[in-house]
Amino acid sequence: MEQPVLADHPGGVTARRPRPRLGKALAPYLLSLPAGLWLLVLFLVPLVVMLSLSLQSCNTATGACVMTWHWGEFGQQLSLYHAQFITSFYFAGAATILDLIVSFPIAYWIAFHGGSKKNFFLLMLLVPFFVSFVIRTVVWEFILSDQGIILGTLKNAHLLPQNFHVLATGYAVVAGLAYNYLPFTALPLYVAIERIDKRVLDAAYDLYATRRQAFLRVILPLSVPGLFAAFLLTFVPALGDYLNQQILGGTSNTMIGTVIQNAFLVNLDYAGGSALSAVLLAIALVGIFAYARLLGSRTIEDYI
Amino acid sequence: MTDTDASAQDVPAAGPAGPADPPTVPAIGLDGVAKEFHSRGETVTAVRGIDLAIRTGEFFSMLGPSGCGKTTTMRMIAGFEEPTRGTVRLDGRDVTAAPPNKRDVNMVFQSYALFPHMSVFENVAFGLRRKSVPRDQITRQVGEMLEIVDLTGREQRRPRELSGGQQQRVALARALVNHPKALLLDEPLGALDLKLRQAMQVELKRIQREVGITFVYVTHDQNEALTMSDRIAVMNDGVIEQLGPPRDIYEHPATRFVAGFIGTSNLLAGSLARVTGGQGVIEVSPDERIIVRAGRSELTVGQEVELTVRPEKIELAAGPGPAGGCALRGTVTEVVYLGTSTSFSVHTTTGADVVVFQQNSASADTPVGRGDEVWLTWDPQHSYPIG
Repeated sequence: MEQPVLADHPGGVTARRPRPRLGKALAPYLLSLPAGLWLLVLFLVPLVVMLSLSLQSCNTATGACVMTWHWGEFGQQLSLYHAQFITSFYFAGAATILDLIVSFPIAYWIAFHGGSKKNFFLLMLLVPFFVSFVIRTVVWEFILSDQGIILGTLKNAHLLPQNFHVLATGYAVVAGLAYNYLPFTALPLYVAIERIDKRVLDAAYDLYATRRQAFLRVILPLSVPGLFAAFLLTFVPALGDYLNQQILGGTSNTMIGTVIQNAFLVNLDYAGGSALSAVLLAIALVGIFAYARLLGSRTIEDYI
Repeated sequence: MTDTDASAQDVPAAGPAGPADPPTVPAIGLDGVAKEFHSRGETVTAVRGIDLAIRTGEFFSMLGPSGCGKTTTMRMIAGFEEPTRGTVRLDGRDVTAAPPNKRDVNMVFQSYALFPHMSVFENVAFGLRRKSVPRDQITRQVGEMLEIVDLTGREQRRPRELSGGQQQRVALARALVNHPKALLLDEPLGALDLKLRQAMQVELKRIQREVGITFVYVTHDQNEALTMSDRIAVMNDGVIEQLGPPRDIYEHPATRFVAGFIGTSNLLAGSLARVTGGQGVIEVSPDERIIVRAGRSELTVGQEVELTVRPEKIELAAGPGPAGGCALRGTVTEVVYLGTSTSFSVHTTTGADVVVFQQNSASADTPVGRGDEVWLTWDPQHSYPIG
């Protein structure tokens, strides 16, 4: 707006104002201290420890490690486990896409048609997640088991061949991942869609858009920040997940999370496990930044 | 509905169903349009059956307090609400059941509802793209429209980078570029500050003259409606209380509601002591009288009448004036200086409180102060019976 800038604070007023006390100046820093400490102790320190471990050589018998700047660990681990990396990306990607497809209509419906019951519907979405992660996954094992309530019934009705199974396949792992991470997709999507001014939809219809065009040209582009956040919050944890694979995936289809877990807890190969973790972190970061450049950064700043 | 529009005889009030001699099909015709909303078992009637014929090219306002049904009426014209009863016609074509994207009207929304993820150019081009207009024509038409609303050079800006007034003009361009049969404006200036609002009123009038499109303007601001409109429909509680040009609405309010809603009005009442030559006289005292002309109905002696007098039609005088004029005596209870004019509140002998505006012209009389005894006089042609 081309308005003359009025002097809101003539000099006299500023001069008479008491000098800001030290506490006031420090307030922002003091307030950020807990979060800063949290990040330092629980994120930065373990990260540095992990990265340094990947360059150390460890005695498998005693567990004692010495810094040797041994970069060979990375190449060795990658050549051993690149298949598991690919499986992880594949499963996490499939589960994330599945979650986005399932969550979008849910989030859209709650945001646009939830009316005064929005909070109730959101709570319903979260209710299953008051139960422990492990229990939920074990129940899925029960539901999907070869003679369980779904497959057993279908087999008894001769709708499925007797040797048909879901457990111990990639489908079971993707289904488990998709189920367990659904709220991480639905909630950020809901927040983004909820923020859309409902009248832009009216405006689109008024300007001759069909329902399909209104969705593709207006609702979907305006949901991009939510889609991006939902993708991050679902894909990244799913990438490192090992529980779904262990409970639902049988012995095949090993994801990188299981390999890392085994390296630390079974083989006591701290250097190898750390190297794998570092690679996973690097790949995830590179992927996310590339994705953000492609789709995120510009559009996100447009909506804020 | 009371149609006080003197020049309205050529348009049948009930829309295109009238006799066919002048084939003037209104741009927008509403026939007995009503809208009821149902929520939690309760029925709320927003619009109670409206007949309306909006002429092609006119600046038509729907004026009323919030909740009077004006926005619902507009949303039924746009197609966002389906009437419970009645017919909506655009250029004679029945569109009652047509969705908004199949109607040749466009809307300027209260808070503009611009697409935040699109540039100004893309916002304005949205409707043309949906109608599959060729690319080069879109570029040309959007360019022309942005020139009309004075936004040339801002094509690539995003809506949030614009001021309120500029956003308003983008919303206008986005609707007008489609050359709709009518443009519907839902309180479009509500979000702007006073100065910008006044500038935009002039601007809107200019644009309407330039493009020659029918404007239907919804507002609760009587000044806006009076300054901009060719005709005004004053709405209250789901019905049209009065329909006519601004001057008629202001000078001849047909109902108590219109008199109260438009401008300041003095309400007087009494029973007629004499009726001579189409004029009725309320005798307040030997010197004091209120003279009323017959309106639509005949006046009879003893009849109770209500009438309104606009504050600027009354003069403060030293005596009762000539016998043919209205005169009341009273005591000044309040004097408010308003710059160009002064407002006096006078408690009259009839018991009614009357507001009088006097111009602060160079020849203004000696100032009247609180507690002074004054005479109020006015020409009988300014007493309007209401009913």
